[in-house]
Amino acid sequence: MAEQAKAAHPRPLSPHLQIYRWPVTMATSIVHRATGLALAVGTLLLAWWLIALATGPDAYATFQMVAATKLGELVLFGFIWSLAFHLLNGMRHLAWDMGYGFAIPTANKTGVLVIALSVLVAIGIFMLGYGALP
Amino acid sequence: MTGYRTPRAKVEGLGAAHSGTAHFWQQRVTAIALIPLAIWFGWAAMHLVGAPYDMATAFLRRPVNAVLMILFIFAALYHMTLGVQVVIEDYIEQEGGKLLLLMLNRFFAWIVGAACLFAMFKIAL
Repeated sequence: MAEQAKAAHPRPLSPHLQIYRWPVTMATSIVHRATGLALAVGTLLLAWWLIALATGPDAYATFQMVAATKLGELVLFGFIWSLAFHLLNGMRHLAWDMGYGFAIPTANKTGVLVIALSVLVAIGIFMLGYGALP
Repeated sequence: MTGYRTPRAKVEGLGAAHSGTAHFWQQRVTAIALIPLAIWFGWAAMHLVGAPYDMATAFLRRPVNAVLMILFIFAALYHMTLGVQVVIEDYIEQEGGKLLLLMLNRFFAWIVGAACLFAMFKIAL
């Protein structure tokens, strides 16, 4: 009976993620979690780098070789950007924890600011690291 | 020495998760510690990403850099463990799988931490 009633009058469903137009705050929230997980995997890169340095010049040369490939550069850029984003957006979270910046226009602005700054910082570190600096 | 606290005093402030605000607070403390440490790490990574072997080891052999790197590793892994724990608790409903992943999460941090620490001692000492 209940089944028939359900078929005749489908119950209203509450809209889920894919229904909403993505506001900035929603994007920064899930990207914060995603970059956190990416950084967790990235600790393996840090461990590899340090172990290679501890092992000797040959092991380090292998690391350098992999890091210099296109894929290696992409992964390192992703790591640096994830760190920059998670750091900047983390400061935004700490401000919220203290009660600041909750107004929706403010949260939207700081969200856009964090995205833009993180990209700029990542590009800056990457360019300086690979090129201009002695 | 166990008998003097009332049952109520023993559970007060611990809430439904039986751990109070410890997880939340540790997450914030490590986050604050990581602000200067991550900035230092970004700066160091910028200098070392293409550096030759001798330059990289010389950098990490300097006591200030060695201590900062160890602090960064410790704070980052601590913060990471707390964060990944929440992700597991949010998305994994099945109790056995959740327990297993929570254990692996802890093991991962200890293994990576031990490897990084050993490497740092070998480089710096």
